[in-house]
Amino acid sequence: MNIILAIILGIFFGFALQRAGANNPQNIINMLRLKDLHLMKTIFFAIGISSTLLFLLMAFGIIDSGHLSVKSSYIGVIVGGALLGLGFAIAGYCPGTSLTALADGRKDAFFFVGGGLLGALLYTLVYGSIKETWLFDKVAGGKVMLATGSEIFEPLLPMIPGTLLAVAIGIVFMLIAWKLPEKI
Amino acid sequence: MNGQLNWFKGGLLLGAAFLFAVALVKPIGVSTQFVIADGIIWNLFSDTIVQENPESKTGYSSPNAYLGKSDGAYAENIANPLNYSFVFVLAMIAGAFVSSRLGGPKPNTEDRKAPQVWRQRFGEDPLARYITVFFAGVLVLFGARLAGGCTSGHMMSGMMQTSLSGYLFALGAFAAAVPAAILLYKRN
Repeated sequence: MNIILAIILGIFFGFALQRAGANNPQNIINMLRLKDLHLMKTIFFAIGISSTLLFLLMAFGIIDSGHLSVKSSYIGVIVGGALLGLGFAIAGYCPGTSLTALADGRKDAFFFVGGGLLGALLYTLVYGSIKETWLFDKVAGGKVMLATGSEIFEPLLPMIPGTLLAVAIGIVFMLIAWKLPEKI
Repeated sequence: MNGQLNWFKGGLLLGAAFLFAVALVKPIGVSTQFVIADGIIWNLFSDTIVQENPESKTGYSSPNAYLGKSDGAYAENIANPLNYSFVFVLAMIAGAFVSSRLGGPKPNTEDRKAPQVWRQRFGEDPLARYITVFFAGVLVLFGARLAGGCTSGHMMSGMMQTSLSGYLFALGAFAAAVPAAILLYKRN
């Protein structure tokens, strides 16, 4: 059953990335050099609408909050994010879109994926010697979310009702998506 | 480009993918599967890198600290490649192929070697693009593993769940990516 869901959901996600134009490194680079914010609007809208619906459907008990999986916050998230950002700007690919770009027949994506496999291997080899360093110092307690709504993960802002907070953030994201200019 | 959805429809479709995934199974993530793919290849050539271990919670362990962490969770997936997350990522490629065949945006022969913005700045020689992009790939996946996720897992899935880590990741990624892209490709 799980494997069938993996196939259906994976196909759906790959289809969505391709159709949104995220496979195209031209769109990513033009977003990052602040020329064409089409993809930025797409991303803000996707996060805004999915977050709003997720928290509403959890509040109504339709989505099981046990499905949430919040990643830990530590210094390496910012440092690793910055390393990824550099490569992201140079290539115009992130891990997901480099794979779906293979299906477009993009030859540069093959080289990116090859480099990616090497980068992941290098990390696998060095992890043992860096795992005790400051890079893994937790930020704000580690696995935390802003809103309440999960029984497993601690909320950072427990004084605000979680559904209200998440829906408010979601609506702000959708407004940003709507108001951002396409070309600048 | 022809066949590409506008931000509203594209965002709706992408948002639906992230929502359906968390509703039915768990949040979407991609970059871990580069480690699993490496491990599957490594496991072909090594008898020791993934070991069955009844004392571990997953039943597997590894002498490598990364593959063995979280009670051998990665080791377990390497030993069983037909697991949810790995099949999901393979299916993504199939999904992009289907979209491309059913009227999605199609790059031309030149775009398949390097995007136009690269060719305008660095010339037509695809080899320079391939070599540079290879090293960018090293950087991206090393960074993603240090961060514990990538654009899908940290930024999209994370911010959808209002996870603090998603915001930290987006901050680090865009603080580096925007100046780098402007320096490298200029604004005009």
